[in-house]
Amino acid sequence: MDNSLYKATRKRNLEMEFRENQAIYLQIAEYVCEQLLLKLWAPGGKIISIRDLAILMEVNPNTVQRAYDFLQQREIIANKRGVGYFVEDSAIEKVIGFRKEQFIETELPVLFRNMYLLNLPPDDIAERYKKFIEQNFNNTNHEK
Amino acid sequence: MIRFNNLSFGYSRKKLLYKNLTLSIESGSIYGLLGKNGAGKSTLLKNMVGTLFPVEGSVTINGMEPKSRKPSFLQTIYYIAEDVYVPALTIKQYQNLFAPFYPLFNKDNFYKYLLEMEVSVDGKLNKLSFGQQKKFVIAFALACNTRVLLMDEPTNGLDIPSKAQFRKLIASVMNEDRIIFISTHQIRDLENMIDKVMIVDNGNLLLHSSIADIAEKLCFKTVAAIPTNVKVLYAEKMLRGTSVIIENVDGEDSALNLEHLFNGITENPTMAKQLFPIK
Repeated sequence: MDNSLYKATRKRNLEMEFRENQAIYLQIAEYVCEQLLLKLWAPGGKIISIRDLAILMEVNPNTVQRAYDFLQQREIIANKRGVGYFVEDSAIEKVIGFRKEQFIETELPVLFRNMYLLNLPPDDIAERYKKFIEQNFNNTNHEK
Repeated sequence: MIRFNNLSFGYSRKKLLYKNLTLSIESGSIYGLLGKNGAGKSTLLKNMVGTLFPVEGSVTINGMEPKSRKPSFLQTIYYIAEDVYVPALTIKQYQNLFAPFYPLFNKDNFYKYLLEMEVSVDGKLNKLSFGQQKKFVIAFALACNTRVLLMDEPTNGLDIPSKAQFRKLIASVMNEDRIIFISTHQIRDLENMIDKVMIVDNGNLLLHSSIADIAEKLCFKTVAAIPTNVKVLYAEKMLRGTSVIIENVDGEDSALNLEHLFNGITENPTMAKQLFPIK
């Protein structure tokens, strides 16, 4: 993996600000998913403890617990009693599935609305999309 | 667990502030007590720690009554007043004098917390600035490891980095046997730390609910126009539209804005009671 990208994304993520509208526990769940998609946390590996993540994010440990429960229900992480939380082997597919659904439901409508209002044809967007991928993700081993 | 059983309290018997207050405070949560100036927040804390006594009814903390001030009770509770007082002692002298009252006091943690809060260790405590004194008392209180920790406006006087450090410390010491009870009107300082909210106004308990329960019943968002087909608890014009708190009819999981919630609940106590009946 391109090391500078790794550092840049890592920095950006640690400084993640809470978005205005989404419940805090969902934002924490999203942070965990982001670490998995960026391959910063590997399948099978142990993840940061509830307390340490609460300290890092300055939130109530009960809120992180709720986020971890949420991820556990979706089989993204698993709890080994007395040891901690681990990334499930199929976590990446689960995260992609879950995030895709979210993206299509909440982010795409905003994009479509702006494309329509600003009269940006889909072809133009496709061209820019290609350039963006070349510039940002070309030297990483991001699948697909 | 802390229980208020039909507690009535007033600074004079003829004029009661709290009348027949009954409520339970459970271990394992960080409570945020919100209220305007003079709403009776500090009064409630002082009834819990035994510096004020109920006129009628009682308070019990893990089965013990604060007003009898038994050492076995006092060693399980720590109260940080809004205006802290420290004597002309060095940190070491202070520790030698007061730590023996708290059997679970942890010296290593004490010095770790002082370091994390950037409180310098030389000289007499009363020569420190107000903010430094406050941080010193917070570090000492946390190191005492009491089951109940009451704090009145703990972030008052703390600078910006100290507030963040304070949140990290609270996250690190919270556990399921502890009750952390914070009275504040600096809601934003502690918004993501609190998991149970209590709102008092004129001696009335208007809200006592968990963040999860509030988010289930209410939806916080910014809209272009105020919806007409649902109950609206609060609305405020903002740059990008109107910030509203409405009934959560669509099952949205939105982030709470405690400032708006506080305004909504104190302006609409009747609707608040309907939405969140006080048991």
